[in-house]
Amino acid sequence: MINHDRETYPMMSRRFASKLLTGGMALGLGLASFSTQAQQGEPIKVGVLHSLSGTMAISETTLKDTMLMLIAEQNSKGGLLGRPLEAVVVDPASDWPLFAERARELLEQEKVAAIFGAWTSVSRKSVLPVVEELNGILFYPVQYEGEESSRNVFYTGAAPNQQAIPAVDYLMNDLGVERWVLAGTDYVYPRTTNRILEAYLKANGVADEDIMINYTPFGHADWQSIVSDIKRFGSQGKMTAVVSTINGDANVPFYRELGNQGVSSADIPVVAFSVGEEELSGIDTGPLVGHMAAWNYFMSVDTPENAAFIENWHAFIEDTDRVTNDPMEAHYVGFNMWVKAVEKAGTTDVDAVIDAMVGVQVPNLTGGIAEMLPNHHITKPVLIGEIQDDGQFLTVWETDDLVPGDAWSRFLEDSKNIVADWTDPIRCGNYNPATETCSGQNY
Amino acid sequence: MNSMERKRFRHLRLWAPILLLWSLASVLHAQDQQPDGEDADTAMIESAPTDVEPGTLAELLPLLAKSNLRERAQLADAIATAGHPRSAAVLAALLKGQLHSIPDDPPRVVIVSAVGNDPDVVDAATGEPLGRASGVDSKRIPVNNLMRRQLRTLIARASLDVADPAAREAAVRELMGSDIDDDVRRLLMERAAVEDNATVREALVTAVALAKLGNEDPLVRIEAIRNLEGSLLSEARASLARIAANDPDPSVRKVAASALQSVQARVNFYRFLENVFFGLSLGSVLLLAAIGLAITFGVMGVINMAHGELIMLGAYTTWGIQQLLPGYIDISVLIAIPAAFLVAGTVGVAIERGVIRFLYGRPLETLLATFGLSLILQQTVRSLFSPLNRSVSSPSWMSGSLQINPVLSITYNRLYILIFGLMVFAALVTVLKRTDMGLKLRAVSQNRTMSRAVGVRASWVDALTFGLGAGIAGVAGVALSQLTNVGPNLGQAYIIDSFLVVVFGGVGNLWGTLVGAMGLGIVNKFLEPYAGAVLAKIVVLVLVILFIQKRPRGLFPQKGRAAEG
Repeated sequence: MINHDRETYPMMSRRFASKLLTGGMALGLGLASFSTQAQQGEPIKVGVLHSLSGTMAISETTLKDTMLMLIAEQNSKGGLLGRPLEAVVVDPASDWPLFAERARELLEQEKVAAIFGAWTSVSRKSVLPVVEELNGILFYPVQYEGEESSRNVFYTGAAPNQQAIPAVDYLMNDLGVERWVLAGTDYVYPRTTNRILEAYLKANGVADEDIMINYTPFGHADWQSIVSDIKRFGSQGKMTAVVSTINGDANVPFYRELGNQGVSSADIPVVAFSVGEEELSGIDTGPLVGHMAAWNYFMSVDTPENAAFIENWHAFIEDTDRVTNDPMEAHYVGFNMWVKAVEKAGTTDVDAVIDAMVGVQVPNLTGGIAEMLPNHHITKPVLIGEIQDDGQFLTVWETDDLVPGDAWSRFLEDSKNIVADWTDPIRCGNYNPATETCSGQNY
Repeated sequence: MNSMERKRFRHLRLWAPILLLWSLASVLHAQDQQPDGEDADTAMIESAPTDVEPGTLAELLPLLAKSNLRERAQLADAIATAGHPRSAAVLAALLKGQLHSIPDDPPRVVIVSAVGNDPDVVDAATGEPLGRASGVDSKRIPVNNLMRRQLRTLIARASLDVADPAAREAAVRELMGSDIDDDVRRLLMERAAVEDNATVREALVTAVALAKLGNEDPLVRIEAIRNLEGSLLSEARASLARIAANDPDPSVRKVAASALQSVQARVNFYRFLENVFFGLSLGSVLLLAAIGLAITFGVMGVINMAHGELIMLGAYTTWGIQQLLPGYIDISVLIAIPAAFLVAGTVGVAIERGVIRFLYGRPLETLLATFGLSLILQQTVRSLFSPLNRSVSSPSWMSGSLQINPVLSITYNRLYILIFGLMVFAALVTVLKRTDMGLKLRAVSQNRTMSRAVGVRASWVDALTFGLGAGIAGVAGVALSQLTNVGPNLGQAYIIDSFLVVVFGGVGNLWGTLVGAMGLGIVNKFLEPYAGAVLAKIVVLVLVILFIQKRPRGLFPQKGRAAEG
């Protein structure tokens, strides 16, 4: 009961928790069940910055729960550096400027050792100046458009070369796709990703008239004309595929319209970068069977690590119907990396931890070892899965090796010579090895 | 009275073109109707080198259960060539995901029937019944897209000789969409020689002609082009366009170009009709979303920012009904209509009694209070049902599309929602114009004091009117649950559009709402291909703002003393 309250009303329980602290009890309310462990010292605070209300609550609430689970697990293993971990949950309410304010609150008032949070690119960009100014650490768990590397941010989601490019390779080489529809929601992630993909396709000899680019507003619900256009574009005698960066909510009407207009996955497959198990759980998956998604993790991956993770998740959330998804795995990897780096540094001091992070290796859930790279991105496998009618993915293709994440795309004119390296002697997020200059323009 | 009648005639004039288009569409439909043909692409099916030994069906099936995806594709080929009478059924089951395996040594392969909650299971090789799915521990044998295409072609090849003409035609169309090799061409020509059904023969002629377009002899190619002339099929038009652009022989190029030209006008006409339908369909969604608001805002003058959330409640009711009646998806949507009306209507009455009645005559405070209510309703739903979307299934009669001809098809869900929107509109107009309650409602909205003087319980009418508007919003939610996500944010997406439609159409005028919704829908859909979805929305908004500047009371302003007050 009490546990539940803490989740639903984080603000209130945090105040309550600090009262308890002054009362001499060194443990937060939510961690009371682990208080039997011998944990000495003041708790290490971990900030969780995910929207629990507003539009993004649909995706981010799960990540908040994932963090609470990971922290609880770590505490049951004896905490970190002999101290218990305490989650400080705040709700930025899907309001981008509020992300910055809440991040400031976490760093200035709560003095958290690290923040795990943000989902949309715009929320990350809003938090970035704050964590840089106050020298905090942010773990960002979602696939994103790249073209960024901040000293204070660790990107545990996929960069475009770990999701979009391999997916296009698969379509081109294995399915023989010759015509491309790049459909996306109109904001920074699809725009940048499509710019990279367009450059990549053209570099591979795809003609201009074989690429159709289409943007729609957030939550677009009337797909009739666009699907009809796609159908026409795809019936010109060349194998056509849709590469979709359509954001969450607009996907359901899009797939429904495809199904109703008789476009099956065998005719024109859609490969999506923003549709995962969590999104599928709210959809009647019948019309989607065979359409694809590219991720770095699927719930259906058959490894002992994944089985254990799913079991823990079901036990923690007390609902065996809940699914796991890619950003959850990213938090799992990110959190374990942070724990390892803190242990390696022997302190939660931000500068020491940032330096200790690079090179840290932890197992991921797909049977490989994720490594933090000098550009603050990690190595990941790329998996392509086809949607099944039970809302899970059937893996149809995966990369042989783990793919290291590129902070700056090799396929864009303005970033092809840029690298990020936060180790000595370069220590720069935007470095041009040819001219040996660091522009300081990290994002 | 006279002016009212004239008004009614003007509405008729606006109705006329819409009805005309409808009747036109139905006539065309009657003329050109063809059974559903899948608009398949002409992608290559790569037949991988076979390292699977040919064998009998009974030998191949256990291998299928243990295979990986690549082996499975080769096994499918081997099963097709095995030529067993059950081969086609096995491949069809594999395509539909009905082929399961039972872990055993050797594994047993079964077909699970698609019908019922606890479907029948039969042995794949023998067809012997094995009981019900609940009694068998089986796992589906998955396929991927590459295999789906391969299976469709394999099944089509095997189905050229089946008894059902519709199935034969579907098979021909499937083969037309795939890459026609010599083997398939021979099959098609053999079939064309003995085919006695006219429609199937026509399809066969087109298919053979398509295959002959690759012939080396220019005369054969010209002959084939002549056979394809006038065909609206996208495969035919795409091939002709390719020939017209790339053929080495200039005379062939010319014939192909003129053949293309001859259908272009028809294609353009059908595309125009398609666009009009898209516009009307978007209009019907706008109409459904706005019509409840036309009552609460238009007639009562209450700025109800929680209108969208009432729509959302209707959508959640649909989901709730589906949860209660899991086996009856086809009728649960129909049951949801009155249920959603009651749920949203009750909440509407509660909102009116609890909040709005204290705020009449204070529009700003009403706006803020109802905005607060909308947030409360959203978060309540989020806390009760989780922030995740709920999955609402579509009934089978609302899936798929009506294929009028190869260029023009109309999706059933949009068609039904369009009809439903018009029905709701007609019902509402009847209630307002023909019933006692409607009379009182209009009386109170026109002159409250006078109505009370003649004995109308104004506060009671207020509550019922708001309940009616809210209930209709709930009904709109049922329709929207078939088009979009059912989640806590559903209402937000429609609130702006609803106000836009009501203000544009003329506050207080139901017919204005209808014309406004349809007009905005059509303008939006005709702009979209040129401007893109984002810009089209902006342009429409700017146009409406400019329009309101010119005519502040909308398309059909209320006239007379009541409107001035």
